[in-house]
Amino acid sequence: MSPPVLQCFGLTRRFGGLVAVDDVSLALASGALHAVIGPNGAGKSTLANLLSGELTPTSGTLQLDGESVTGWPAWRMARAGVGRSFQRTNIMRPLSVQENVRLAAQARLTPPTRLWRNAAKEAAPQIAARAALERVGLGAEAARKAGALSHGQQRQLEIAMALATAPRVLLLDEPLAGMGPEESETLAALLRDLARDHAVLLVEHDMDVVFRVADQVTVMVEGRVLLSGTPAVVRGSAAVRDAYLGQAT
Amino acid sequence: MVIASRRGHLLLGGAALVVALLPLVAGAYVLQLVSTALVMALFALSLQLLVGGTGLVSLGQAGFFGLGAYAVYFVQGKGAAASLLLTLPVAALLAGLAALAVGALALRTRGFFFLMTTLAFGQMLYFLIHDAPWAGGADGIFVQRPNFGLFGLDYVPARRDRPAVLLWTNLALLCAAYAGLVVVMRSLFGRMLQGIKENDHRMQALGHNTYAVKLVAFVLAGALAGVAGHQWAMTEAFVNPELLGWHRSAEALLMVLLGGLGALHGPLLGAFAFIGLNELAQLVTERQRLVEGLVILAAVLLLRDGLAGLRWRSRA
Repeated sequence: MSPPVLQCFGLTRRFGGLVAVDDVSLALASGALHAVIGPNGAGKSTLANLLSGELTPTSGTLQLDGESVTGWPAWRMARAGVGRSFQRTNIMRPLSVQENVRLAAQARLTPPTRLWRNAAKEAAPQIAARAALERVGLGAEAARKAGALSHGQQRQLEIAMALATAPRVLLLDEPLAGMGPEESETLAALLRDLARDHAVLLVEHDMDVVFRVADQVTVMVEGRVLLSGTPAVVRGSAAVRDAYLGQAT
Repeated sequence: MVIASRRGHLLLGGAALVVALLPLVAGAYVLQLVSTALVMALFALSLQLLVGGTGLVSLGQAGFFGLGAYAVYFVQGKGAAASLLLTLPVAALLAGLAALAVGALALRTRGFFFLMTTLAFGQMLYFLIHDAPWAGGADGIFVQRPNFGLFGLDYVPARRDRPAVLLWTNLALLCAAYAGLVVVMRSLFGRMLQGIKENDHRMQALGHNTYAVKLVAFVLAGALAGVAGHQWAMTEAFVNPELLGWHRSAEALLMVLLGGLGALHGPLLGAFAFIGLNELAQLVTERQRLVEGLVILAAVLLLRDGLAGLRWRSRA
């Protein structure tokens, strides 16, 4: 496996008395899909928010390519190659699907000197947006209003927007939430495909998908890492069954 | 925020032509009134960059408008008229710098708190001018109208021609500002503003430094309000602290609302409608504010997209 791209050490985040994420260390390497599972309130989304710069850690450090990026704001993390999708669909609803993705591509493709140029005539972000839409299978919907897409399509749009920022790291927070079985199937294949050339962190509830697509699984309970290992190891662990899988059945 | 179609721009151009030809037929009173309307349209347009363009509802815009007006006094004092080529850039710069200071702090807040912060800063600017011994006093002060001087070749319009020259100057600046904002809103920068208006949080996650982008928009809008204020001083030859007060900010916001938040040219329609309405109401009653309020209330309730949202219905 290639060296880690994004890495955190002893990441901790407190909200008042609650320790949402407690001393979590993990490494994301390119070409691998790292899944984070755990019961509700385990701190999975908070972890994603810490890794993407949405939240600053109370303590612990964050490294991108071996350089410290602790405390960087979200936009700077995104610029540096950390893309993310959100658990709750987070798009520009009144704008077209194409424009949503184009804005994502624009962030990295526009040097400040070109900012005053006519956006309709700047080809690079348009082309990059088009490519990202094709990749998630939304090519035919480019002209529609983003808010008019079906729920499943909006989830795909989320991922297309993250992709259009040309990230090296993808933080995907429950991309399958609320999707039908057929859509899930398509998206699982896409995740597998994305993991070939990205470092992917997948926060997910759907165990079937996780065990199918993940290279490594980290189980979180009450903010802490309970266990981290290959899907086979995690599936076989009695502790995990007790803490988490047991609850479901 | 939409930009008018080609046909819409033809209509706006036609309206500008009508205004430009007014001096041929109209008297001094009407010319003065239209000149003032052009200034208020420019002021409301500056606010539209924030409200309709970026989703930032500010109640402090008059602070920058008033500073632009006072720039004329700061440059000339009680002395002779200076050149527009000096006073106008000073007005834009002064207002822009004030907007930079205010925006840097106010843009750390959002929504309702942004509204209150801008209101507070606007009122601070008002009291600064109101109470400062160097600002000409609480009752305001007369100023000379800046002339059109260029390297010693001063053009001072004859008294008879002055209303027309003022009207053309205001019209030219309004047209230039509108054309400039069309370029801005169509640019990559304008697209960022639109994205921020719809979802600031997501724009950050996509790699946009939205704070910096909003600050640039805030400074642009402030400088433009300063230009409008300068034209006010030039048109009225008088400045007073009320120009910076929150009443005037609210008036501009009403014009934007009446004209339509969804279209760049909305405030132009809004300003003319507002001032026209004021004139009409004055003919009927002394309580013109009441009439004004009722009409605006009705318009906002009935026309969700403001005057700019009105369409000619084709008879099928």
